[in-house]
Amino acid sequence: MSVTNVVLAGLGGQGVIKASDILADAALRAGLDVKKSEIHGMSQRGGSVTSDVRFGTKVHSPMVPHGEADFLVVLAASEVEVARPLLRPGGVILSPDLIPDAELPNKRSLNVALLGALSYYLELPPEALLEAVRAALPEKLHEVNERAFQTGRKIAAATGTIL
Amino acid sequence: MDRQLLSGDEAVALAALHAGIALGTGYPGTPSTEILEAFDALGGRAQWAPNEKVALEVGLGAAFANARALVTMKHVGLNVAADPLFTAAYTGVSGALIVVTADDPGMSSSQNEQDNRRYAIAAGLPMIEPSDSQEAYDFFFSAVEISERWHIPVLFRMTTRVCHSKSIVAAPGPAETVTTHAPAPHFEHDINSRVMIPANARPAHRRLRAKLAEIAAWGETGAWDAAAGRLPLNRIERGNGDGDVGIVADGVSYMHAVEAAPGAAFMKVGLVNPLPIERARAFAATVGRTVVLEEGDPVIADSLRAAGIAVESKPEIYRFGELDVARVRRILAGDTSPEDPPARGKPPELCPACPYHTVYATLHKHDCIIAGDIGCYTLGVLPPYRAMDTCVAMGASIGVGLGLRHVLPDDEAGRVVSIIGDSTFVHSGISGLVEMAYNPPPTGHVVIVLDNGTTAMTGQQEHPGTGRRLDHGPTSQLSIEGLATAIGIPSVTVIDAYAEPEEFERLLLERLAAPELSLIVARRPCILAAADIRKWEGQAAEFRARAAEQSTVCEPAEENR
Repeated sequence: MSVTNVVLAGLGGQGVIKASDILADAALRAGLDVKKSEIHGMSQRGGSVTSDVRFGTKVHSPMVPHGEADFLVVLAASEVEVARPLLRPGGVILSPDLIPDAELPNKRSLNVALLGALSYYLELPPEALLEAVRAALPEKLHEVNERAFQTGRKIAAATGTIL
Repeated sequence: MDRQLLSGDEAVALAALHAGIALGTGYPGTPSTEILEAFDALGGRAQWAPNEKVALEVGLGAAFANARALVTMKHVGLNVAADPLFTAAYTGVSGALIVVTADDPGMSSSQNEQDNRRYAIAAGLPMIEPSDSQEAYDFFFSAVEISERWHIPVLFRMTTRVCHSKSIVAAPGPAETVTTHAPAPHFEHDINSRVMIPANARPAHRRLRAKLAEIAAWGETGAWDAAAGRLPLNRIERGNGDGDVGIVADGVSYMHAVEAAPGAAFMKVGLVNPLPIERARAFAATVGRTVVLEEGDPVIADSLRAAGIAVESKPEIYRFGELDVARVRRILAGDTSPEDPPARGKPPELCPACPYHTVYATLHKHDCIIAGDIGCYTLGVLPPYRAMDTCVAMGASIGVGLGLRHVLPDDEAGRVVSIIGDSTFVHSGISGLVEMAYNPPPTGHVVIVLDNGTTAMTGQQEHPGTGRRLDHGPTSQLSIEGLATAIGIPSVTVIDAYAEPEEFERLLLERLAAPELSLIVARRPCILAAADIRKWEGQAAEFRARAAEQSTVCEPAEENR
């Protein structure tokens, strides 16, 4: 399996790192090689955050080369244009306006809803992602996040193009 | 064996546990901070020191006692610890002493991008550098072996990408028993080796150079063997190409290069000091062109060239910042055309509810000349306040402020303020305060300690001023105001500038007008840490109450462990 490149972007505190942790864990659970990279430090003070996740049979560099992301998952509307140059031509961008607020069981679960949307496009089994969601969150948040995940996946299935 | 997704920092912590590290100590600094936190979470004995110099000295003492010790810091921390480091190279150690230096090429959260591979050469110490988390885990054991075989401290160099990237590590899982073979701590007198008066230091320097020569010889041979199922430090990969391009690489540069040039032959260097010069010479002879790929300074390239090996080094523009796959492609193509500027997202800023807003607003309003320091409060330099005029090194605010005061005309000198955080003050501001009392400027001086009760910038670590240890358990608490009084600062005031902005303004103007020495502690907990601090303080209060019931002597450091 060739390397899949995903970049997650947003602002500090939005759950970008949590989402990339979940995605990377899902790839691990699916038996793939995976690397994940981000810079944290000053970014936790409300600045822009991006996190790269790469998975496949063998991954070397932990960073998605500029302009080579297959998927761009953006949690903050203000970050969509900032992050867009990271996407390869023909790559898929999943932005927050994909998920209407009314459809989200909890605003905090936007990150998991977008992972659900992403899951529609990935070769990863959705169950690996759901297992990773459960492993990353306390039990009381499982139900609401599983619903968010399925909501995102359904929206992507309804609106997305087949790659 | 388990497959775990670990950051480089977490992999070092796990290796430290499995290698029987008896004591881990350091000072928080991005990107190294998580090593000791993870080591503590795994059940290792980890503690924060007031600064890196003290941490290294504590680690050295443990290693003199035949225990295995780990000391962690960011790259600039090694500047602080350099004094004991250079002479610890002479004394050597009994148990392993591993010193992690986490460099920050690209300065994601640092004031410079110094390349600490230079320290290995300058101090005469072996240096090991992993490329990802598996190597961080495996190479740590090699570091311990080298340290104990040659009785020498070993530098373990990581970079931000290696520290913070997560990748898969095959290692024994939590349920598996790991036998460490760690030596039992005990003390043997060895005055000739450890008391560095000149008569002992002269032969010690010769011993160090002899050890390095032995390690260099081993670096040409044994360092290429995979021992105990672990990755070898150095390796050759022939690649599937025509052998036209040979790449010598270390650290994460290697990972980028494998992807940018899959057909190239590789000499991957994990023992970056001493370098395997003769193996490099032989490697270069087998390929058409030999390109050295390394972040930062051309350390490897210069060494190979000095040995008469014809290698290509990267063009000067690639000295700056991190490398990535695209930049490696450009280097291999000899492309020096201007690079696209990186995407400019939203910069970090002071948290909206940060207790320092009122301090910066007041300093800005009165056009103060502000010698600043290192921490999140450095963000006070950003608009709207732009309330910082210098920021150089940990603790430098006080000395720099005094220097300004000594020479500026009175009307300017009277507006100079030094501003420093609580953790930074304990780290290296105390000596500045001693200097202030010893050599007071004619106009006096005003130091403001921004005390938010945590090391906020690096992720809310404890320090001696919080009265809690790395694991947040209670210990002795340093009083900043008590210390200032003891040092001889005549005016010491504690204020919550957030709750009383007018009183803070009045106090500041009064102290600026007085030609004497003042220290103002602006105290209010970091908004991000406040809830946790309340929780830990509650636990500490319970603990102290219990301890007081049980004994007249309180010894929290042992009992809460």
